[in-house]
Amino acid sequence: MSVQAVRVEPSPVSLSHLQRLEADSIHIMQEVMAEAERPVMLYSVGKDSAVMLHLARKAFHPAPPPFPLLHVDTTWKFQEMYRMRDRMAAESGMELLVHRNPDAMARGINPFDHGALHTDLWKTEGLKQALDLHGFDAAFGGARRDEEKSRAKERIFSFRSANHRWDPKTQRPELWRLYNARKNKGESVRVFPLSNWTELDIWQYIQLESIPIVPLYFAAPRLTVERDGMLLMVDDERFRLLPDEVPVERSIRFRTLGCYPLTGAVESTAATLPEVIQEMLLTTTSERQGRAIDKDATASMEKKKQEGYF
Amino acid sequence: MPASPSYRTDALIADDIDAYLELHRRKSLLRFITCGSVDDGKSTLIGRLLYDSKMIFDDQLAVLEADSRRNGTQGGGIDFALLVDGLAAEREQGITIDVAYRFFATEKRKFIVADTPGHEQYTRNMVTGASTADLAVILIDARKGVLTQTRRHSYLAHLLGIRNLVLAVNKMDLIGYDRHAYDAIVADYAAFAASIGIESFVPMPISGLAGDNIATRSANMLWYDGPCLIEHLETVPLDVVSEQAMPFRMPVQMVKRPDPNFRGFSGLIAAGSVRPGDRVRVLPSGRETRVSRIVTFDGDLPLAVAGQSVTLTLADEVDCSRGDVLAAASAPPQTADQFEATIVWMSDEPMLPGRSYLLKLAAQTVSAQIQAPKYQVNVNTMAEMPARTLELNAIGVANLFTDRPLVFEPYVESRTLGGFILIDKISNATVAAGLLHFALRRASNVHWQALEVDRAAHAALKNQQPRVLWFTGLSGAGKSTIANLVEKKLHAAGRHTFLLDGDNIRHGLCRDLGFTDADRVENIRRVGEVARLMADAGLIVLTAFISPFRAERRMVRELMAPGEFVEIHVDTPLAEAERRDVKGLYAKARRGELHNFTGIDSPYEPPERAEITVDTSGMTAEEAAEMIVARLFA
Repeated sequence: MSVQAVRVEPSPVSLSHLQRLEADSIHIMQEVMAEAERPVMLYSVGKDSAVMLHLARKAFHPAPPPFPLLHVDTTWKFQEMYRMRDRMAAESGMELLVHRNPDAMARGINPFDHGALHTDLWKTEGLKQALDLHGFDAAFGGARRDEEKSRAKERIFSFRSANHRWDPKTQRPELWRLYNARKNKGESVRVFPLSNWTELDIWQYIQLESIPIVPLYFAAPRLTVERDGMLLMVDDERFRLLPDEVPVERSIRFRTLGCYPLTGAVESTAATLPEVIQEMLLTTTSERQGRAIDKDATASMEKKKQEGYF
Repeated sequence: MPASPSYRTDALIADDIDAYLELHRRKSLLRFITCGSVDDGKSTLIGRLLYDSKMIFDDQLAVLEADSRRNGTQGGGIDFALLVDGLAAEREQGITIDVAYRFFATEKRKFIVADTPGHEQYTRNMVTGASTADLAVILIDARKGVLTQTRRHSYLAHLLGIRNLVLAVNKMDLIGYDRHAYDAIVADYAAFAASIGIESFVPMPISGLAGDNIATRSANMLWYDGPCLIEHLETVPLDVVSEQAMPFRMPVQMVKRPDPNFRGFSGLIAAGSVRPGDRVRVLPSGRETRVSRIVTFDGDLPLAVAGQSVTLTLADEVDCSRGDVLAAASAPPQTADQFEATIVWMSDEPMLPGRSYLLKLAAQTVSAQIQAPKYQVNVNTMAEMPARTLELNAIGVANLFTDRPLVFEPYVESRTLGGFILIDKISNATVAAGLLHFALRRASNVHWQALEVDRAAHAALKNQQPRVLWFTGLSGAGKSTIANLVEKKLHAAGRHTFLLDGDNIRHGLCRDLGFTDADRVENIRRVGEVARLMADAGLIVLTAFISPFRAERRMVRELMAPGEFVEIHVDTPLAEAERRDVKGLYAKARRGELHNFTGIDSPYEPPERAEITVDTSGMTAEEAAEMIVARLFA
């Protein structure tokens, strides 16, 4: 006599918004892997990069992600960022490529003397150089649509011409979960798997998954100066003090991380993840407010993107 | 502006962040689309939702206030619409040119809003936005009632399979919150909705500008006893939940083989659920096996459901690769290569019936040919109109054939296995979206007949290798002359040949075709198929056709065995061909008596990598023929 197994249909499993965002991001990464010839992951060491890297490790488990990490370095990042970068590369088992624009290096381009040129040469030009140098045809980036208005209309698969320009008017429609990854000769594609994540989603996911992030996101006493309404951290001896400036120790943290002389800190006592999220939720300014780059003009980001900024 | 409660409790955030985070960890996700034009207050409504949910920060608000004074339409008051108009080009022109995605959250759900503009690009953009939406908010201006565009929006939302429709009758403040006017609009809409098969919808009277019935029920409309918009968005059932009750489906995106002992199949579960031990069928091969493990970074799972990305290992060594579908063995989807489908055309270049496009459905990419549309749908009246092609933003119904079988389900049953895109093989642009209706019965009945005397046997008896020598070039370039000479030489050498000539074919096989782009494509398709049959018979086939488009020459090339197709470009400059004008056609075309003439008012796309290029200004036809024979048969 045999016993017929009766399968009791379970009540529906309720997937949380984070589980669904995670699944969609993994789907996007696997599509790129299947369709691109030479993908790379742009790794800026910030919290979004941390989440993106974590998702990549999930997407390709049990193997390490089958592409390198690329850090477009400006030589002016916070020291703690360099430490975190090297640690995460080792932990993930991925190859780490670091590109520093040799032209910017030779000309001694720095944030103190060169203003906007610093970002243009080290980041925008540096990125183009690195992609061309290695022949990468698909680059993952951690940009989110909620960051900035022009991002809200950018596709998840965002094509760049052979000279890396973005044309918002010829974007391909993206329907369902169908991504057309086919490229014309010389074209490359930037892929944004975090497109539909918000800042709150990122923080909650970091907490839920215990993802390591640079300690600068948490408040601690640090040496600072106040300049042009921004709190800047004196991260190393290269920081040029103005004649009457004296570094002051303040309890600060950062909402975004970039080149330390260009990244504004906020005064804060939030030293744990829940406290940081609490502060984020109760704050009244957006995270890009700490970046000097967006203040140039209303549509500055859109313009930079058309020129090839990530 | 009346104070509007926020959707989140700042008190809880301040007092007990851990409790707040726990609450938020369990939020679900709803994607919806808002449909309406600028005049309906769509951007204002979205701006209001973001504002009320505190997704707007002070620095953004400061920019918004400055923008409102400069470009706003609210007389110095905050213009919420400016909040969502993304690109500088759009802000200057006061239009939105594309789909934008917005985000906000309440205590219960996170929302992704697809915001699509209301001008002439509407169909393409709305279809794109609707493809991922669980719900559509159809906005109506209470002063205007049900308009043509209301019908269009509703038809498209319904077509794309959105089952939850909200009819938001907006600007109620401007009609004095008049219940009778509202009731009349709802009755009007209900009659229309029923006529196009919409089974249900949820009407609500709102004001995006004043905030009525958005976050809270309005005190101005006590006669309304339904939910406010946010309340409804927070509680409407999610598609992802109902999808769990369907049979298991997982398109395989990639096969993971990190080491010889592990072979996993990864993908996002499109429907149903799966447990270790479940019987699954691999399609299209039809092999059955069992699921061994559900592997994730966080450890093996006992159960996975629709909406999750997982890696499955299988009990048996079955053949399974990207594009295959793993499905419940007891209820597998169908496989076919001929379909009827709705096609939404999204490219400036019109559809060319007969041209071969790439078709991507789930993880499957195949070549597909679309037949001439059976009809086109007027999206304003839903009337069926005759059509020979589909242009940008047109929607039509057509049959399509694929070069390999597709694992599919009708779109109404599965967005994942029934929705596809078409990609132009040359430009690589996404040119259309499609919704599969059903497989044509012919597909399952007409099987390839396995022939015992096969092409190799035919070729062996003739002691030659079949070839297709495809001569292409302008009218009067010398294609037929050279092809004739080549055939004579081959014939004299004892080869079995056949010459298909453009003019002769058009007297018979293709006499029903004209010279429009669509007809040219069909002409070449037929010639290609005939050439293939002749090559199968072991012949060396010569063809002399202008064949102006790269895509069609490539389509024919792909019909043949590798190396069999030889493209010969008879390269004569237009001025020289026109000077010769053997048939007097150029003169006629110049006088405007002949339309769609290649080189004059219809393009010729020269080959990029022809096997042989003949420069007729540097050699005679006889020399060209000798060169071709020497190159190919030496």
